Amino acid sequence: MKARRDRTSLTALAPFLWLGLFFLFPFLLVAKLSLSETALAMPPYAPRLDWSQGIAGLKAFLAGLDFETYARLPTDRLYVVAYLSSLKFAGVATFILLLLGYPLAYAMARCTPSVRRALLMAVILPFWTSFLIRVYALIGILKPEGLLNVALRAVGLGPVSLLNTDTAIYIGLVYAYLPFMVLPLYAVLERQQHDLLEAAADLGCTPLEAFWRVTFPLSLPGVAAGSLLCFIPMVGEFVIPDLLGGSSTLMLGKTIWTEFFANRDWPAASAVAIVLLFTLVIPIVLYQRQQAKLTELGR
Amino acid sequence: MTERSRPRLNIGAVRSTFAPWADPTAKPLVRFENVVKRFDGETAVNGVSLDIYPGEFFALLGPSGCGKTTLMRLLAGFETPDEGRVLLAGEDLAGKRPHERPVNMMFQSYALFPHLSVERNIAFGLKQQGMPKDEIAARVSEMLSLVRLDGLAKRKPHQLSGGQRQRVALARAIAPRPKMLLLDEPLAALDKKLREETQWELMALQQQLGMTFLIVTHDQEEAMVTADRIAVMRSGQIVQMGRPADVYEAPNSRYVADFIGDVNIFEGVAEHADGLSVRLASAESPQGFDIVEDDRIPLGSTAWLAVRPEKILVHLDEPPPGPNRMAGKVADIGYLGDWTTYLVELESGRTIRAARANATRFVDRPVDWDDQVWLTFARDAGVVLTQ
Repeated sequence: MKARRDRTSLTALAPFLWLGLFFLFPFLLVAKLSLSETALAMPPYAPRLDWSQGIAGLKAFLAGLDFETYARLPTDRLYVVAYLSSLKFAGVATFILLLLGYPLAYAMARCTPSVRRALLMAVILPFWTSFLIRVYALIGILKPEGLLNVALRAVGLGPVSLLNTDTAIYIGLVYAYLPFMVLPLYAVLERQQHDLLEAAADLGCTPLEAFWRVTFPLSLPGVAAGSLLCFIPMVGEFVIPDLLGGSSTLMLGKTIWTEFFANRDWPAASAVAIVLLFTLVIPIVLYQRQQAKLTELGR
Repeated sequence: MTERSRPRLNIGAVRSTFAPWADPTAKPLVRFENVVKRFDGETAVNGVSLDIYPGEFFALLGPSGCGKTTLMRLLAGFETPDEGRVLLAGEDLAGKRPHERPVNMMFQSYALFPHLSVERNIAFGLKQQGMPKDEIAARVSEMLSLVRLDGLAKRKPHQLSGGQRQRVALARAIAPRPKMLLLDEPLAALDKKLREETQWELMALQQQLGMTFLIVTHDQEEAMVTADRIAVMRSGQIVQMGRPADVYEAPNSRYVADFIGDVNIFEGVAEHADGLSVRLASAESPQGFDIVEDDRIPLGSTAWLAVRPEKILVHLDEPPPGPNRMAGKVADIGYLGDWTTYLVELESGRTIRAARANATRFVDRPVDWDDQVWLTFARDAGVVLTQ
């Protein structure tokens, strides 16, 4: 009996070990870095913990840590603009995703099983190709002499210059994150019982009224899940703005990269990352509460 | 429900004189006219004509797949007839969508809106009618006390028991005061005790509201207890329609006799009539069966005699020889408390059911397993069936 309980707790320990090793430890490293200062050294920050000094070394190290980098962030327009524009890009893209993804998920939930399989496949299929390659393919479509402009010229329109614009970023974000919006929405819509709509019709609702009074409110957990699942990673997105956006595009992911690799300002990069993390903790907590509610409802 | 809280309704006295179907001047509330409905070539409803009168409690009874639910859904507007017409208060319902029809349905699954509280579920149809807020509140609290759910207004459906959900579904369906309430297997999900109680409550409720109820059920007891009239369905057709007692005591076919209650069916040939009775020759009884004269049976034709178990008497001492008498051995005894059912094996190998009410607590000499017994029944105890 005792041995079995030990084994059970061992199994429970595994995910904690994983999280500790690959999430908590790196997080603490980054947090420590954000409290340091830049230095002309290798690696380029100070203070550094000197174990040979024992307790005194640790004290000196802790005394060297401060929040100066954080204090600097709001005074630098660059960070503020990057922060706000990241939220804007992610917010607008989430809204567009919702407008596109909801009808798609709704159609998938309502069509015949064979059509549904085909649509589901179409949503999942892009995952079989590398994310990077798909973004490069978008460049091939959007560039000045790309597929889009060739097609537009063939019908006597264009050319449009999309690459290196905000529009290109939106196209990239919406394209890349659509499955993350559609699948949770599909999951809630598909599970909805048809007799609820019949009951609504029986009680005097036209199909449209039944949608707004029954289908939509019942799909809100899916709307929340899909929106957060897209919004959270899009705020920190690096690849799409870097490859599709212009050099003037400011998003946090790019800012962090620039600080780390171009400016060698590791503390600033870390501080930006930590601020981003804490901004996202709010929607993540919201998301988890939604999920808990969904489980409660999903009998 | 206690006697005190339930309004006293002398249902029997009111209902015994209620027979609008027998009045040629009465106007039906609902009329099905030769309605046919097919699904992918399968005929679900096959030429049903039916009138339901205002204030009636009507039951569609039949096994699953007999078309009873389809018939109800045709009235609610969830299906459209392939042939024939459905009329409500003289008006053809063709082309009317479900939300335009003044009938409400209580779904077998209850179909409560999981995101809405009990009171908002009940208010759903009222809001849709555009009723003012204060009137809605008043109607909702009236409905809550009618179905005895006071105090549960703020609960969500998943916080309710099965019986409570059933009541919410009922309250939601009657709150908009529909011309007619459709109940699709309303008690099927309840346990036996609750189901029996709720049958009585449904009846009282229907009287109190003066509303026309149409119930669909596969449970004959539910139909018999609640309904003024029953239509027994089979393969998309109504095979018999009438008051519960008529359908039970005078079934018109072996199917109906067998579907409603227990029955023993004896096959025989009508061979002798003396003006008062018909003699049915049968392998089961040496002297044949004597039954009350019935001119529907031509002599020489095969007929079936249906006798209910409670109309068969069990004797331990041999009665004088005569018709309607069978000898056998008790093969099994089913003691139900209020009733005891005896399975008696005849010499021919046939097993007959006889039932006796346990009117006293002790019997001098109870019938026991393997006892030699004689079974008899009265000349008018059985029904002769020709199909």
